[in-house]
Amino acid sequence: MTTNDIINPANLVYAKPSVLNDVPMHYCPGCTHGVIHKLIGEIIGEMGFQEKTIGIAPVGCAVFAYKYLDIDWQQAAHGRAPALATAVKRLLPDRLVFTYQGDGDLAAIGTAETIHACNRGENIAIIFINNGIYGMTGGQMAPTTLHGMKSSTSPNGRTVPLNGYPLDITKLLAQLDGTCYVTRQSAHTVASVRKTKKAIQKAFENSMLGKGTSIVEVVSTCNSGWKLSPADSNTWMVENMFPAYPLGDLKDI
Amino acid sequence: MKEEIIIAGFGGQGVLSMGKILAYSGLMQGQEVSWIPSYGPEQRGGTANVTVILSDERISSPVLSTYDTAIVLNQPSLEKFESKVKPGGTLIFDGNGFKKFPTRTDINIYRIDATEYAMANNESKTMNMIILGGLLKVRPIVQVANVLKGLKKSLPDRHHHLIPMNEKAIQIGMALIKKVE
Amino acid sequence: MNNKKKDTEEVRLMKGNEAIAHAAIRCGCDGYFGYPITPQSEIMETLMELEPWNTTGMVVLQAESETASINMVYGGAGCGKKSMTSSSSPGVSLMQEGISYLAGAELPAVIVNVMRGGPGLGTIQPSQADYFQTVKGGGHGDYKMITLAPASVQEMADHTVMAFDLAFKYLTPVMILADGVIGQMMEKVVLPPFQPRLTEEEIKIKCPWATLGKPANRKPNYIYSLQLEAEEMEDLNLRLQSRYRTIEKNEVLFEEFDCEDAEYLIVAFGTSARVCQKAVEMARAQGIKAGLLRPITLFPFPTEQISHYANQTKGMLTVEMSAGQMVEDVRLAVNGRVPVEFYGRMGGIVPSPDDVFEALKKLIVK
Repeated sequence: MTTNDIINPANLVYAKPSVLNDVPMHYCPGCTHGVIHKLIGEIIGEMGFQEKTIGIAPVGCAVFAYKYLDIDWQQAAHGRAPALATAVKRLLPDRLVFTYQGDGDLAAIGTAETIHACNRGENIAIIFINNGIYGMTGGQMAPTTLHGMKSSTSPNGRTVPLNGYPLDITKLLAQLDGTCYVTRQSAHTVASVRKTKKAIQKAFENSMLGKGTSIVEVVSTCNSGWKLSPADSNTWMVENMFPAYPLGDLKDI
Repeated sequence: MKEEIIIAGFGGQGVLSMGKILAYSGLMQGQEVSWIPSYGPEQRGGTANVTVILSDERISSPVLSTYDTAIVLNQPSLEKFESKVKPGGTLIFDGNGFKKFPTRTDINIYRIDATEYAMANNESKTMNMIILGGLLKVRPIVQVANVLKGLKKSLPDRHHHLIPMNEKAIQIGMALIKKVE
Repeated sequence: MNNKKKDTEEVRLMKGNEAIAHAAIRCGCDGYFGYPITPQSEIMETLMELEPWNTTGMVVLQAESETASINMVYGGAGCGKKSMTSSSSPGVSLMQEGISYLAGAELPAVIVNVMRGGPGLGTIQPSQADYFQTVKGGGHGDYKMITLAPASVQEMADHTVMAFDLAFKYLTPVMILADGVIGQMMEKVVLPPFQPRLTEEEIKIKCPWATLGKPANRKPNYIYSLQLEAEEMEDLNLRLQSRYRTIEKNEVLFEEFDCEDAEYLIVAFGTSARVCQKAVEMARAQGIKAGLLRPITLFPFPTEQISHYANQTKGMLTVEMSAGQMVEDVRLAVNGRVPVEFYGRMGGIVPSPDDVFEALKKLIVK
């Protein structure tokens, strides 16, 4: 195949989703965010929901999510995305409203907003990127940081006496009557990316059907924060993150 | 005309609602009115008081340091407010449970044993209306007709059948109040 | 200061807090988000009782905290919806982050603070000690908030309508700074006329920046306050500051009593102004030429008018239910030309007219 063959539209087998902007992302090479952004862009495009979607961006690496997806966005104060989403969805009930949050945003500073939005059963979707670390501020310990895992604020590894236990907030949210769909996925293989896409699509559909709150946790890597190569990060995630945060549906009603 | 009134007693004696009825009565006769309660935990069993002002002119301060009329329904309220009645003003008290009595000689003092009457006649729900009747006998600041109009305005429809009972209580209070010489 | 009679309309008797709830529904408010705290809980209680979602479609939601409330307001405001919250001092402290974000994102919103005494959990009794927090910027960064100080139940209703108008005119959060007396007091009130809520088509025209979903023919709308480039962040700040200067030029409101020939001027807002009006009556009865200037807007502050009276009076007295906060702005306006003294009570005590009159005689008239 020549270059001309490859760029010939007739031979096109895959294209950038139209909802995804054609701009370079600020994410580190190997980061999971880019994959998840692409999936959200694909789903919104396929559902024909570009005109009806409002995304709520967090504080964290995804603070600039609004630059990458061609939809209306609000950028929330740290942890408050579910509060914004609550108001937006209640004031505009026929829109698709989702939050996109990291572990520090959703499970530390925003725990109250997360739990209460889920407990009220707000008809929103929450996309939760869990990489066990604060990426944007330079690799500090997160609520989801594993036992013994090193970070810049747990340089000798997380210990229970000093830091308590890793927080499995998704398991906690599955207990709440307001949630209808709680699932944990990953995006490190082609198969897992496909499953995550299905999960996010289902979460979006649920919120439009008014079934309650849907949470899609995506167990992710942060190779910069973990100080590993992208490939080693994936291996480390499979060996260490998955046992603590096992993949699969926690709730689907 | 301007009347600055404090009503004080225990929570549950109907102090705040008596003030509200007075305020609504003032509204019914086209006056300016203000009603400001002590609010908070004391409503729930401690002492409660409410300041009501009825005036033909616009009202400046809703919070006052002296009053034309004080209605005191328990001992602590007497001790707190007797000294704050303006010279020549009016003090009305319900003597139930009182050990010390008013001592001032430069004000008009009235006693109305409404609690005693209400308990003896199973009228405890209209005790505050009996006292209001006493007030209107000695200080006819609002017409009884306007009190009844005010009640109609402030009570939900389902309670309108209670209005005749309240009217009777006002008449009882008018007969019950006695000047203390 | 008191109820303006509007003979053609129905006069009602209600608490200041209730008046805010009624006025919010009537002026087409889209969403109220709040958390209970004394002495303002009647605002949400009245809204829940009136169930406006069945009539105007207004959303009313009890949030899990003041933090959530103010961020719900942010979410609603970002959609161009008339959004509001209310609280009392400790709860408003918790909202400061969100207020700064509203200012940074240039969003219109209405916040009501029915002040109580502090610091800390303080007391549920009335206070005016959040003046600094409100007009000097309680949150981080260089921002200002238009601040209305109602002194009657009628103004609680009127200011609710006015606050939304100003918020959307200048794309800024607006604070209604009341206190426990005004919130809990019943007075006569004529409620504002009903205005329908804006339709989405109307919002699209009035608020082209609103996040209502991106049609194919426009660029996406972003509501944000993050600018990593210092130059861009300074541009935002310059834009805000220029807007604040316009607000200072156009929106100053105050009321005067017996000021024309006043030799002694009292400056007070809210409940204190009501008390001081009576003190002025007492002074006039004794032949003392006292007057009262009541700022209705605390930002923008009536600096020019107070400065004008510095040329005419022998002294000024500022009266507040605080340790003395607004007095600093009065002194800035007077700039040393006449003595400016302060009298105040703290921690939930409301000064009496007698107290103020005595202070006037002792500190100023001499």
